[in-house]
Amino acid sequence: MPDSTTSRVSLTLASSLESVDKVERTTQDFAERAGFDADTVPNIVMAVREAAVNAVLHGNAYDPAKHVTATFETNSDSLVVRIADQGPGFDPTNLPDPLAPENILRGSGRGIFLIRAFMDEVHFRQLHPGSELTLIKHRVPAQPAT
Amino acid sequence: MSMKVTTRQVDGVTVLDLSGRITLGEGSVTLRDAVRGVLAKGSKNILLNLGDISYIDSSGIGELVSAYTSVKNAGGELKLLNLTKKVHDLLQITKLYTVFDIWDAEASALSAFK
Repeated sequence: MPDSTTSRVSLTLASSLESVDKVERTTQDFAERAGFDADTVPNIVMAVREAAVNAVLHGNAYDPAKHVTATFETNSDSLVVRIADQGPGFDPTNLPDPLAPENILRGSGRGIFLIRAFMDEVHFRQLHPGSELTLIKHRVPAQPAT
Repeated sequence: MSMKVTTRQVDGVTVLDLSGRITLGEGSVTLRDAVRGVLAKGSKNILLNLGDISYIDSSGIGELVSAYTSVKNAGGELKLLNLTKKVHDLLQITKLYTVFDIWDAEASALSAFK
């Protein structure tokens, strides 16, 4: 039985792969308690893990002086995860298309693409310093407007 | 759980049986080292058995692509065997399903090496 009450957890984490694993486990827990099905939970977990990897690797560049903040919230409508880093920030509109023929054999550059593929909404926000990704998965698919 | 690699030689093909997770860090590095090791020994035909891979992230996908490119550049062939549904779906989404030569049966995959 899904838990429909609002719950919120915020984690301040070191810039390490162990933190990425912690974010992954927490996402799994929140997504399962929110009642997402067995096919959807792994996709949510993958999307959030990719965001955490970006924060640790590209944002903070493993800098021990910088932290990653991960906030998890479930409400009656959605699971909302925010991942923030303290890095230089990036322009999400200026990323190479990993599906383009000239990029298809690249060894990297698919993280944001997968995040967008698996979440219903993805928002970028420039912080000072750093950047924040907000990942949203709706509990019930939105009905088309009539 | 990190990734483990078991190596077999079958009909002139090096079969790498992978299990665990191919993710940023240890898993991706293990795969990279395994493929480099095979190439360094002069073997150029590699079959990656992904049947026991429980999880792969974008870094792992990138490592598969890099392995494919490395083997091809060395004049060999790299094929994939036994994709889980999850890995299959990821390769579809990323349009890599048509790049890789993918097989469900080991005997057929081995026969497909020239």
